[in-house]
Amino acid sequence: MADLTLTNSDLDAISPRLVLDKGKRPTGYKEVTEDVISIIEVKTPKAWWLAFSISFLVMCMLFSMLAYQVMTGVGVWGNNSPVGWAWDITNFVFWIGIGHAGTLISAILFLFRQKWRTSINRAAEAMTLFAVACAGIYPVFHVGRVWRAYWLFPIPNTDLNMWQNFRSPLLWDVFAISTYGTVSALFWYVGLIPDLATVRDRATGLRAKIYGFLCLGWRGSAVHWNNYEMAYLLLAGLSTPLVLSVHTIVSFDFAVSVLPGWHTTIFPPYFVAGAVFSGFAMVMTLLVIFRKWFQLEHLVTIKHLENMNKIMLVTGTVVGYAYGTEFFIAWYSGNPYELFAFKNRAFGPYWWAYWSMISCNVISPQFFWSKKLRTNIPFMFVISIFINIGMWFERFVIIVTSLHRDFLPSSWGYFRPTYVDILTFVGTFGLFMTLFLLFVRFVPIIAISEIKGVIAGDKHRNLPEHVEAQMAAKRDEIMKVRV
Amino acid sequence: MALVDVKSLRQIFDPNTPKELWGVVAEFENEHALLKAGEAIHHQHGYTKLDALTPFPVHGIEAAIGIPRSILGYIVICIGLAGTMSAILLQWWTGEIGYPLVIAGKPLFAFEFAMPIIFELTVLFAAFACVFGMFALNGLPMFYHPTSNFSRVARATDDGFLLVVEKSDPKFSAVETRQLLMSLGATSAEVVED
Repeated sequence: MADLTLTNSDLDAISPRLVLDKGKRPTGYKEVTEDVISIIEVKTPKAWWLAFSISFLVMCMLFSMLAYQVMTGVGVWGNNSPVGWAWDITNFVFWIGIGHAGTLISAILFLFRQKWRTSINRAAEAMTLFAVACAGIYPVFHVGRVWRAYWLFPIPNTDLNMWQNFRSPLLWDVFAISTYGTVSALFWYVGLIPDLATVRDRATGLRAKIYGFLCLGWRGSAVHWNNYEMAYLLLAGLSTPLVLSVHTIVSFDFAVSVLPGWHTTIFPPYFVAGAVFSGFAMVMTLLVIFRKWFQLEHLVTIKHLENMNKIMLVTGTVVGYAYGTEFFIAWYSGNPYELFAFKNRAFGPYWWAYWSMISCNVISPQFFWSKKLRTNIPFMFVISIFINIGMWFERFVIIVTSLHRDFLPSSWGYFRPTYVDILTFVGTFGLFMTLFLLFVRFVPIIAISEIKGVIAGDKHRNLPEHVEAQMAAKRDEIMKVRV
Repeated sequence: MALVDVKSLRQIFDPNTPKELWGVVAEFENEHALLKAGEAIHHQHGYTKLDALTPFPVHGIEAAIGIPRSILGYIVICIGLAGTMSAILLQWWTGEIGYPLVIAGKPLFAFEFAMPIIFELTVLFAAFACVFGMFALNGLPMFYHPTSNFSRVARATDDGFLLVVEKSDPKFSAVETRQLLMSLGATSAEVVED
């Protein structure tokens, strides 16, 4: 037989299935349905109950902290003059940023025809929704009187008799975040409809009725697929500028102000790159665990993880470049306030936060230049956690160090979080994990219909077994898989 | 179509509904066989009332069985532009008329500061149009359809590829259509009642 010579870049193009299956488990249509749906059909595993109870307790802590805050006042947080924005906005930007990977994977990679996205888009989109839910808590509760939070929206009312100030970036943010949350939810649900129908068709009784209701009676009709694919394409086209706009508008909260350290034009692209960076790190953290737990290594392969690591390397380097540019402009602009703000950032009282950020965000992704390291699963897991920590510090550094020493030295201060700040933040992880665990229990965590579309696109699907084994061996050799 | 489809409601809840012939459903081995058969039955044999049930969008099936391109894009752009207009009107009216208040010497309305919300509302309206327009064009939610009487219909969301011919097709004949589908490579073909 002919000797097959494959390069790494050939793998996606020639045979999507080789990217999927590692040559170890069959990936026919039936097997994919079975592997993904059986996860939510088996009896609930003990490990799930354990993880769920812990997350649920942590989530209860979040709600009790919020209740305490509502009953007592925003003063239970450490925010005070001069640091009026602290952990609340830090955590808000942190969670919103994490959401970005989901939309990037589902929309931008879809438009670029990156077929590998089909294995990870469902989980990443779910993560987006839950992250936006966590993020939304902070600005809503920071307004103090939560029951008046509807004043943020232009709803005619008689108790206020005023209209919103559309000149304020904070109001742009309200629109950006609510649009983003809504559109992500729609996109996720549309993607789910065919898979919910698959669950319905394998179930009986009440379960079949519930899933049948949720999938709106989807049958997979060609007429329906025709409109469905158009809807999916259009949603991807709409979400692509949307995801770029969301963190741009979040960065306007800072960039449109006149505070040294915030008032810079580099913020929009820098925030978007950082958001994608942190989002991919979070997807990585979750997928490394869940692919192992549910034995989906043949669908979410080392190749997927490697691709994600490459994206983290790119965005991490962009973020590092932005840190450098900020310092250069602070010096080059000749503005003494700007220069002070940046010197204070790196060598002032918050030096520890700044250097944690640099080591986690700039240094740690650089290891992914090495193929050995970016295909090493324990290593990438650790790095993804570092990146999550680093990106939290980035937002903390931007927000707190710019505020704590303002123009009047007599009003300088030092921000310390209270226990309410800390427990509220820990609590949002409980909310996030609770929602994510419910997701893996009740919803197919991999987009089955999309994976089947990729398998169908595989021209070499019906190769003789020995040729396929040879291709898989070549692939493993090229990938130098280290699992 | 009536607002409430009494007949299909009855089909769901009343097991004794009188049945009548609705069409033929044939099953194929894989998407290639389905495409080939669809192509032949539509272009060579002139059937028009065709549909296919597949677990994923089989590309080329629209052309093979004569499904026109989706008109969803036109709906989306109209509603998206309605979103643009509402955002402009909302910001202009509240700023200039509803509550004119000079803040930091800024104009009461200007396109520069209105741009982010104009963009967001355009996307929001368009996304709603996209999803609910798709539901409307597809007639979803649709909790009953005659094809669900086919014995192996559940395979259409797993690994089955079904071709549907409706009785309303002028060339339809319960016996001949079934035979034709079998001769085009179907693994099985059944008459379906409604």
